[in-house]
Amino acid sequence: MKRRDVLKSMTALAAGSMFPAPAIWSEAKAQARNETLLLVSESGPNNLDIHGVGTNRPGYEVAWNCYDRLISHGTKTLENGVASYDRDKYTPELAEDWTVTDTAATFKLRKDATFHDGAPVTAKDVKWSFDRAVTVGGFPTFQMKAGSLEKPEQFVVVDDHTFRVDFIRKDKLTIPDIAVIVPSIFNSELMKKHATEKDPWAMDYAKANTAGGGAYKVAKWTPGTEVIYERNETWKGGPLPKIKRIVWRMVPSAGNRRALIERGDADISFDLPNKDFVELNQAGKVAVVSSPIGNGIQYIGMNVTKPPFDKLEVRQAVAYAIPYQKIMDAVMFGLAKPMFGAPQGAALSTAWPQPHGYVTDLAKAKALLAKAGLPNGFETTLSFDLGFAAVNEPLCVLVQESLAQIGIKATINKVPGSSWRAEMTKKEMPLISNFFSGWLDYPEYFFFWCYHGQNSLFNTMSYQNKEMDALIDAARKAAAEGDTAAYDKDVKGFVGKAFADVPRVPLFQPYLNAAMQKNVSGYRYWFHRQLDYRTLSKA
Amino acid sequence: MPTLILKRLVMTIPSLIGVVIVTFLLTRALPGDPAAYFAGPAASTEAIEQIRKSLGLDQPLPVQFVDYVQALVRGDLGTSLTTGQPVAAEIAARLPASAELTLLGLLVSMAIAVPLGILAATRPGSMIDHACRIVTTAGVSLPVFFTGLILVYVFYYLLGWAPAPLGRLGIFDSPPPTITGFYLIDSLLAGDGTTFMASLKQLALPALTLGIFALAPIARMTRASMLAVLSSDFVRTARACGLASYTVVVTYAFRNAMLPVITTLGMVFSFLLGANVLVEKVFAWPGIGSFAVEALIASDFAPVQGFVLTMAVLYVALNLAIDLLYGLIDPRARMDA
Repeated sequence: MKRRDVLKSMTALAAGSMFPAPAIWSEAKAQARNETLLLVSESGPNNLDIHGVGTNRPGYEVAWNCYDRLISHGTKTLENGVASYDRDKYTPELAEDWTVTDTAATFKLRKDATFHDGAPVTAKDVKWSFDRAVTVGGFPTFQMKAGSLEKPEQFVVVDDHTFRVDFIRKDKLTIPDIAVIVPSIFNSELMKKHATEKDPWAMDYAKANTAGGGAYKVAKWTPGTEVIYERNETWKGGPLPKIKRIVWRMVPSAGNRRALIERGDADISFDLPNKDFVELNQAGKVAVVSSPIGNGIQYIGMNVTKPPFDKLEVRQAVAYAIPYQKIMDAVMFGLAKPMFGAPQGAALSTAWPQPHGYVTDLAKAKALLAKAGLPNGFETTLSFDLGFAAVNEPLCVLVQESLAQIGIKATINKVPGSSWRAEMTKKEMPLISNFFSGWLDYPEYFFFWCYHGQNSLFNTMSYQNKEMDALIDAARKAAAEGDTAAYDKDVKGFVGKAFADVPRVPLFQPYLNAAMQKNVSGYRYWFHRQLDYRTLSKA
Repeated sequence: MPTLILKRLVMTIPSLIGVVIVTFLLTRALPGDPAAYFAGPAASTEAIEQIRKSLGLDQPLPVQFVDYVQALVRGDLGTSLTTGQPVAAEIAARLPASAELTLLGLLVSMAIAVPLGILAATRPGSMIDHACRIVTTAGVSLPVFFTGLILVYVFYYLLGWAPAPLGRLGIFDSPPPTITGFYLIDSLLAGDGTTFMASLKQLALPALTLGIFALAPIARMTRASMLAVLSSDFVRTARACGLASYTVVVTYAFRNAMLPVITTLGMVFSFLLGANVLVEKVFAWPGIGSFAVEALIASDFAPVQGFVLTMAVLYVALNLAIDLLYGLIDPRARMDA
């Protein structure tokens, strides 16, 4: 071969690779595209087992779609027209019927339900799964405890298709807690085959395998890259899902996720940054949905054990110095529910979250500081979690700027995601910006974690007040007993107290955003903030 | 030769032991608490303690170190918490992806930089010399993620020539049977032209991005070493004897100028292999760099240790290969090894 020929063929090759012929879609490929949903998001699951050690949020999504629970939630439409799960309505999933008395809940299982390997679902499997959740420790065990589900003895196999949960105390959160992801039903025979003496609950096996009977099964999982699901054609827990195959690809670059959805290559892009959401919405090429995150609030927390935040006037001064509207506009692009500026003297409601009465009023803030004996302000540090820097960083800069105007010099302290939890546990940070949301959407649940004197990790302010505790405990008791009047009074009581004492200043309730092609329908918002594939369809 | 290789291998043992100790200590010195991180946002203090125990992190450091070394001897690099997989398997699956991308990027870079450097050296001060300077400065000053995003924007978003930046293959292509882990080679071995073209298309943009970044050191080094050689006596003699300019430059001068270029290539390759993490992030490439960075963010010890160890072994192997290559290019270099 002559040199010239080599050069010629090289040029041809280069031209060929740079200008690829337009993709010719074969009939079969187009058909496959129609029945396949391509989903892109930033990160993927680290563990397919909801009871696993350190299972991350994307892992919840796999568990939600590949396992069934006894019961699930119905659907309602939110104020903004987005379909959402209905907190107050339960629907059958594996259980076709159930009865709740003062001492126990009895579930009748579907007789025709099977696991992915064809084994029938029996009450034995349900008990094994509940036992596993309360025994393995860590997150699943604590989530079960939130609904007073604590001991294996509570879970009783009555017969092959009847399962009973005995209550150890009356608790309004027991039934809601049975409908969250944690009490997913595992194929106990299959799991036991993979159990060892050291690993009696087959944690190793379930990490990378789904041993359930849900609407989808994982066909292939490449950690950090993709998850491929196939539909379970024999699913009995609800109507057969429309989409046959789901390909979930992890695309770390937000810019590329946006390019993929705008070019029409991806069907759904989940958990979008606010800025992209606003711009995609304006461009109008794809459908975008946004729903407030239930029971979730971004807040500025003040540690009441760290002077001068022990003084009420100082905390109020901070609450009056926060640039609420600026944060809404510049940080959230208007995509959040404001939690400030309730009209003066407006009555409290029993809804949570609800707005407080503080607004940005620097003169008032200065006067309050002077009253507290600190007319020249003071120095402090404002900490945030770098893992959520997109919201936290601009927010903290705005707060810092505004606090400087009343003489409070705040140094910003960026804490890496992996140490944030450790820092929170120490309860040493005087001033923080943080977010908390609860799966169970009830005010007393939120307050129990965030304001109660038991001083849980999420009571980042170390706020302890006997009156507050009494009100929270009374509301929990009233809820369990169904005493609505007392419940309303107690809820309004603790909300009012939280606003008056203001150890933490609620800023806004953020939204969960998703973008999808216009031919995709059936999106639902769920409390776990992950996608439910079972209702999705593609025209 | 074999004694030389053996000698060099023995010399690497102390540095590998050093790497094992240092990475172990460094990962433990990182701020952050993996147990708290993996307990999730809703866990209590007891939950965190339980996780710490199950991870073996409640043991004193020397005990943890002995456990680590014992596992290492068995070839067990531990388990990654972020992906839940054994680290050895993860690295084995991801290293070919990174290596394929880096090698192709290096080829692209060499194809541009070496001729450019030679041309610039033969005509110093000319337009081509200035062009070389501009290209290399631009290449090194544009951050890779920026070049990558621009390329995606132009060739995928605007023009639609490149496929969606979704990693090594599109969603309807299936990977070829694994032989080497390099999709280009494996698909050719399997005689699968469609997959070969599909993976080449996916590779084009990331390889170009990496290539642009690696231009500068190679072109500058080629230019500098060519300049030195071109001004030496034997080139003057060759010219005086009336040899064709092409023969003088390519056959005589370039062969002598290759040593430093090869050294630079080796360094650039090993550097790119670890540093292409940003390209991997932009193109959703399932490579080793993004894996290590994610692990680092999560204080996930095992993958970080595994990554550093793998890299150290790679560096050692690469250095050895380059030393041997020296001997082939320039017999004089063989003597002092």
